[in-house]
Amino acid sequence: MNFRLILKLAAVAGIFTPISLWVGQLSYSWMPEPASAEALLVDNLFSFLTTLGTFIFLGVTGTLLYSVLFQRAGKYDESDGPPIEGNLTLEIVWTAIPLLLVVWIAGYSYKIYDEMGILGPMEHMHRGEAIAAPLVTQASPETEPIEVHARQWVWEFYYPEAGVTSTELHLPNNTRAKLALTSEDVLHGFYVPAFRVKQDVIPGSKIDFEFTPIREGTYRLRDSQYSGTYFAAMQANVVVESPEAYQRWLKEAAANPPQPGLNPSYDEYQVKVENRENRPGWKTVLPAPAPLVNYVGS
Amino acid sequence: MTNLSIDALAPNRQEPSPGEPENWWRFFTFSTDHKVIGIQYIVTAFVFFLIGGFLAMVIRGELITPEADLVDRTVYNALFTMHGTIMLFMWTFPVLNGLANYLVPLQIGARDMAFPRLNAVAFWMVPLFGVILMASFLVPGGPSQSGWWAYPPVSLQNPTGNLINGQFLWILAVALSGISSILGAVNIVTTIIRMRAPGMTFFKMPVFCWTVAAAQTIQLFGLPALTAGAVMLLFDLTVGTSFFNPETGGDPVLYQHFFWFYSHPAVYVIILPVFGVFSELFPVYARKPLFGYHFVAISSFVITGLSAIVWVHHMFASGTPGWMRMLFMASTMLISVPTGVKIFAWVATIWGGKIKLTTPMLFALGGLVNFLFAGITGIMLASVPFDIHVNNTYFVVGHFHYVIYGAAVMGIYAAIYHWFPKMTGRMYYEGLGKLHFVLTFIGVNLNFLPMHPAGLMGMPRRVASYDPEFAFWNVLASLGGFLLGVSTLPFLLNMISAWVQGDKAPANPWRAIGLEWLVASPPPHENFDEIPTIIAEPYGYGKNEPLTAQQAALQQLASTEVA
Repeated sequence: MNFRLILKLAAVAGIFTPISLWVGQLSYSWMPEPASAEALLVDNLFSFLTTLGTFIFLGVTGTLLYSVLFQRAGKYDESDGPPIEGNLTLEIVWTAIPLLLVVWIAGYSYKIYDEMGILGPMEHMHRGEAIAAPLVTQASPETEPIEVHARQWVWEFYYPEAGVTSTELHLPNNTRAKLALTSEDVLHGFYVPAFRVKQDVIPGSKIDFEFTPIREGTYRLRDSQYSGTYFAAMQANVVVESPEAYQRWLKEAAANPPQPGLNPSYDEYQVKVENRENRPGWKTVLPAPAPLVNYVGS
Repeated sequence: MTNLSIDALAPNRQEPSPGEPENWWRFFTFSTDHKVIGIQYIVTAFVFFLIGGFLAMVIRGELITPEADLVDRTVYNALFTMHGTIMLFMWTFPVLNGLANYLVPLQIGARDMAFPRLNAVAFWMVPLFGVILMASFLVPGGPSQSGWWAYPPVSLQNPTGNLINGQFLWILAVALSGISSILGAVNIVTTIIRMRAPGMTFFKMPVFCWTVAAAQTIQLFGLPALTAGAVMLLFDLTVGTSFFNPETGGDPVLYQHFFWFYSHPAVYVIILPVFGVFSELFPVYARKPLFGYHFVAISSFVITGLSAIVWVHHMFASGTPGWMRMLFMASTMLISVPTGVKIFAWVATIWGGKIKLTTPMLFALGGLVNFLFAGITGIMLASVPFDIHVNNTYFVVGHFHYVIYGAAVMGIYAAIYHWFPKMTGRMYYEGLGKLHFVLTFIGVNLNFLPMHPAGLMGMPRRVASYDPEFAFWNVLASLGGFLLGVSTLPFLLNMISAWVQGDKAPANPWRAIGLEWLVASPPPHENFDEIPTIIAEPYGYGKNEPLTAQQAALQQLASTEVA
């Protein structure tokens, strides 16, 4: 094989590799600050995919750009290029390399998925076979999951052990969070970008869902499966706090009398009806009224 | 293969078809000429492309600010539902059917499609279901507001309580579209299998015909699933059956399987013919044979096969168990292998060529770069843990718009420019074409690249309002969207004025190899006076060998007809 060609290719790879690695590192900053153990894993995976993708993108577009810049026909050049119809070795190589890359990417993705140990929606039917070991300290196995009720268009959370209802989700830090997702009307999606986890909420079934928050703070829960008119407004705050603060919050909330919780979509609908808004619109499914909760949140 | 029966029908005198501008009324008739039908498809689809594009610009107008302030939320939801439906069912499918209709018989050396009357019926269903779909703006309650997926239970909610509602009309239109596409697919597949000229073996057939055959095969096995799903949804909506309604014991996730079993392969129905266009254009404008023709041709059918076993990747965050997620992750990633074969083959075709950057070449190159980017984000999306984060976010919206607009629409533009002289007998204006390319390429990237960071940050798709943290990327995307709207103006100006008063086109203005370039521009009524006998592979650039046994006679005929 042509020695100079190999040298040239090595030189090009020597330029593209550091660029790809740099973009791969940069990719961490495109994500929200990671706030769960799963997020760390997903961000590593994304960085890996970005590095690989950047290298491939640079390789192909670089070659194309070189051709377009330096291999143009002159204005009156009507001649043809060399009649090369293929090269079996090359064709086998560029079938095999993507195949190997696919095996690598799929294997790495599988490993990450395994480590995340996301409880898929079917797993609750055969408990005990959870795919992976939990990452951080596990809540005691008897802990009852926090019930997440989705309805058009409000989230409501119920803590069965403390008997607390809330329209803001509170979770203890560094503890495996266990949720049971249910919907009373249509499909919804439980999605907290800072945690990198998402699960559709399916009416008619109860879906167990687990992840581990690792950073105190307030995050946004968004509906991720289109659910009708006020879909975009169906959000709630998620507060991750130290286990002590969490216990204190539960105790204080339990003592509060029930009051109407947060419900932006219902409020927006009321404003619209009262103001007889002049923007034309069509008839909508009515938003569910605010649930009565011990803790309203913000 | 015999063409005896068809030979007997050949007319003595060859009229150019579809004919001169004074014959414009032919396009409004029930013509059975595949070339007239092809142009009917393309022009009708483009009208709907403009309508769908207008809706997209209103959507981008709403999203330029975080609050839901331009239109009511119900209107916004109807807009994105109709935008998606129109762009897929009324623009990309019909326009690609138009290209296939026009080109396949010419490229395989046939006088028309196998079933010309069926062909006309399939086309005339397009304006029919188009009108039904658009009529849903006029019924009480407005058009469907459940997204183009129409997932139940949202699609079954029907707040007006009327029997004839927007969702009803939507399902009706989609079902009719499915029937029209099945008719088209039967016709095209039959034509390619049965009507090839003598000597045109499968491995002498242009790649465009290969990819069209691969794409239409998907229609044949996939569409029945979607149509069945749509009919069940219609029954749930109108007569209260409970296939998908959880309140009465139905399973909403079942619908998702029906829907995606077709609607993921549908992406390949769109992109495969565009791969065919790339494979036709790069050899012409790089003056080199297509690199690895056999690999490129066969990989189309590998994609068809794999496309049937990847649909669950749309449901990674839905009701799917872990093993299913892993299985479909692997099958989805495998699609990158045959696709990679094609990309590398195109790059190798261009490499070392004598490149001419005409408008069609620019669009094809731009489409290839956009497709490469979309392919890379596609592999990322196939990876389950990452997909769980960005599923149903703007990352996905950005990804598939790179496929559909960045690659497919740009490839369609490339095809329209490339074959415009053949279809109309006129040359388009190169300067306007290049302006169109620049505006489109910048517009696509300005519109759809910012959607990726917005999605990574966690902005869900289909939202009428969003948190202010996403505002920056949405302003950029909206500006790109408006630029794309503007980009259609030079195209329209170019096409209309060139068709009316452009320079007369010779039979083969690009010095391209292919049967369609051996006949006059526009081709005579039944394409070939005498059916040619093919003696060479389709991309003999630089080899100086005739494509058909009657090459000299055909070229002679074509040049006299122009004069």
